[in-house]
Amino acid sequence: MRYLPHTEEDIVSMLRTVGVEDMDDLFSSIPPSCRVGRALDLPDALTEWELGTLTEELAETMAVSPAYRIFMGAGSYDHYIPESVSYLLGRSEFSTAYTPYQPEISQGTLQAIYEYQTLAARLLGMEVANASMYDGASALAEALLMAIRITKRKRVALSPLIHPHYRAVVRTYLGPGGYEIVELPFLKDGRTDISGLSGMDDLAAVAIQSPNFFGCVEDLPAADETIRKTGALFLVSFTEPLAYGLFKNPGCQGADIVCGEGQSLGIPRSFGGPGLGMFACRMKHVRSMPGRLVGKTTDRDGRPGFVLTLATREQHIRREKANSNICTNNSLCALASAMYLASVGGTGIRDLASLNYDKAEYLKRGLKEAGCRLTFDSPTFNEFVVEFPKGFKDTYTRLLEKRIVAGVPLGTWYPGLPDHALLCVTETVGREDMDALIREVRS
Amino acid sequence: MKESQGTSGLILNEPLLWKKGKKGRSGFSMPRRDVVPSPADEVLTGDGPDLPDLSEVDVVRHYTRLSQWNFGLDTGMYPLGSCTMKYNPKINEKQAVLPGFAGAHPLLPAELSQGTLELMWRLERYLAEITGMDAATLQPAAGAQGELTGMLLIHAYHASRGSRRSKIIVPDTAHGTNPASAALCGFSSVPVQSNERGVISPEAVAAVMDEDTAGIMITNPNTLGLFEENIQEIARIVHTKGGLVYGDGANMNAVMGIVQMGKIGFDVMHLNLHKTFSTPHGGGGPGSGPVCVKDFLAPFLPVPRIVFNEGAYRLSEDLPQSIGRLHAFHGNFGVMIKAFCYIMSMGGEGLKRASQLAVLNANYIKDSLKESLHLPYDRPCMHECVFSDKLQEAEKVTTLDMAKRLMDYGFHPPTIYFPLVVHGAMMIEPTETESKEDIDRFIEALRAIAAEARDNPEMLKAAPVRPKVRRLDETAAARKPCLTG
Repeated sequence: MRYLPHTEEDIVSMLRTVGVEDMDDLFSSIPPSCRVGRALDLPDALTEWELGTLTEELAETMAVSPAYRIFMGAGSYDHYIPESVSYLLGRSEFSTAYTPYQPEISQGTLQAIYEYQTLAARLLGMEVANASMYDGASALAEALLMAIRITKRKRVALSPLIHPHYRAVVRTYLGPGGYEIVELPFLKDGRTDISGLSGMDDLAAVAIQSPNFFGCVEDLPAADETIRKTGALFLVSFTEPLAYGLFKNPGCQGADIVCGEGQSLGIPRSFGGPGLGMFACRMKHVRSMPGRLVGKTTDRDGRPGFVLTLATREQHIRREKANSNICTNNSLCALASAMYLASVGGTGIRDLASLNYDKAEYLKRGLKEAGCRLTFDSPTFNEFVVEFPKGFKDTYTRLLEKRIVAGVPLGTWYPGLPDHALLCVTETVGREDMDALIREVRS
Repeated sequence: MKESQGTSGLILNEPLLWKKGKKGRSGFSMPRRDVVPSPADEVLTGDGPDLPDLSEVDVVRHYTRLSQWNFGLDTGMYPLGSCTMKYNPKINEKQAVLPGFAGAHPLLPAELSQGTLELMWRLERYLAEITGMDAATLQPAAGAQGELTGMLLIHAYHASRGSRRSKIIVPDTAHGTNPASAALCGFSSVPVQSNERGVISPEAVAAVMDEDTAGIMITNPNTLGLFEENIQEIARIVHTKGGLVYGDGANMNAVMGIVQMGKIGFDVMHLNLHKTFSTPHGGGGPGSGPVCVKDFLAPFLPVPRIVFNEGAYRLSEDLPQSIGRLHAFHGNFGVMIKAFCYIMSMGGEGLKRASQLAVLNANYIKDSLKESLHLPYDRPCMHECVFSDKLQEAEKVTTLDMAKRLMDYGFHPPTIYFPLVVHGAMMIEPTETESKEDIDRFIEALRAIAAEARDNPEMLKAAPVRPKVRRLDETAAARKPCLTG
């Protein structure tokens, strides 16, 4: 086996040093009753070349572009990734290193993550961002737990227009602790109805996603004003951070904690993971924050350098009293997003976000003319809800035969919206693809 | 010793990203604008993010220089105990970026995503076989999330029987994530001490196990690199009182094909695909922490579950007793591909061989170094061995000093000051992918360092001198945090 370097001669000489006869003797500390008496029932080992054939066969069954035209978003977005990003990310000094516990020989990872923290904080309009969480869903759950720690209150309110899977993960994380989750209603314009919040003075946090699951941009300043009066922390979550290239970021609109999914920033969809849990807050709350943080310092000779810091919040120091149990996070994905943001740049991200917005507006106009109803009239970024003229199922099935995947059906999550679909369009979708969708919907 | 691997070369300084570039540069090929602009509402739009503008060359040089300040597993031996820094096969990286996988949307209908579902379904079965369990979920994104999943499963199991237990037993050798994960689930940790042999005794467990205790979390082999030899008796004690046994599988690399945890009393355990199954650690993730369970816990597993019938795979949410969701989608699929490829490349025999050689390498290091370094538990170890700095105390040389000096010799230091039960611990896990020559060089380096500790302790206190920076002021970093630039 090419990953195992030992020759028979090596093994004999090493066994002699250890003072045992054969390999089995190495396991003498394991009681015989604990050992397996048979070989593992696994497929025979494949060669490198056979493995390639197997994975090709599996991958070929998947519906992906360009063979398919896919108008799906809903928390996972198709954006172009510069080849330079994938290439740099493949440098094994980054990818094969462990968490940077030994800073002297991990300055590459450490500076890169410090830069990621800075770029993430700037994009979200916040004072500090951590080194990453697993994904947008667990980041939201951890943000709510953080708010519970800060306010010492046990009840949280969620917008119903937060990604349904994120809300499900929140229920999983908060359930055993006995915390109460209040779900707010939504308005006819596709935004969260916050009118019920006034008078709720025992909330630890109110969380709103913007752009929300229907693609609508929420009125965050109004939400901030209402939430402020309740004494709860204002959490903003997101699934599409590219929106902040065009729309105002949550930080400048009053958010106390901002968290969400960063997959759009240079990370392939990869069937939903790994993505990037982004997490940012105000500096006054940094000691209640979960996750790793990289900080700037100096070495013995006074040269600048970086280290993991504020570790007393973490499980390896505080054990059961830690802010979170997180250890391994999604560091390489954070690095990918920093490389992506560096490549696209401040000027570029504005242009790219505008292009996404303009394409979605083009598709909305075309579908409307083709007889679709656009369910909500709030501004959207790159996805939106539609009702097809001839019902969802028929249209969806007919389009699938043409290798067009016409969005994600909403009925399973929102029973009040049967026959509604969430459609997404990004810079990777050409005008002719949108025209094809419009033509087929009309016919 | 022979010439050291560690040397100094030309290392370039590199400013922070935003100190480079110039407004108007770009490293991105902007897609053609084929639709008319539609101005957005100006009340909603801001000025745009304050990000630097860089050319592609700026970006490539920046990250190439940064990468050169890092020591990776491909650079050299990385013997971090309990982290299993084994070689990350290159072919697996290529499989993970196949367009059908990397481009797949997670909400594609089942009929359009048979390949990813099949891969996950098969991986679940292989992991269940390796651990001797009956079912698995791949959803947890890392080991700690796997632990949380396990705790939630135990919590749900007790709740389904109408009981709510408040405590969980956690040995003093456990990783910090164990008590932290238990706490997230509302359990308070009850510590048990390991005995003079470095393992948990049945008596210690019997003394604390009661009907308010949900179960026990055991890392096996434990973090001293020792097999918990009383595991079957401990499991019997816990089960008799209605508790469950959770296995932290961080150290599974020692016993693949040798011990099936499901057959020796474990009810639920997690694995780290980024340790045992060779996926790269990425400088701190992404990992993947699948959880394997016995049949009676399967109804509580996270949704969605992958179901195979009538020749097709699909996802099912129909599991009324499920603990719910742990991840926005299906977990870290990109990591699962690499672990699947590793298992397919190794086969059952290859995995067993890997465990045997991992244990051989660790014992070889243990027996080669026990004259130079203090070995608190002098007995056969599994995949890792733990030394301490006791012999160097007279010269006031610490484990930290020796670890830093190892860098000058061209090695990544081992895990230090863990497990907590050994004062000044130095925990060495070579893994099976290190050759005898590399291990011999490592042994020689540590022997030389032990000699330096005796003859020239100041040299160790000044170490390291060869990396780009010397020891960093961590106290100042924490006192006045500077977390963004």
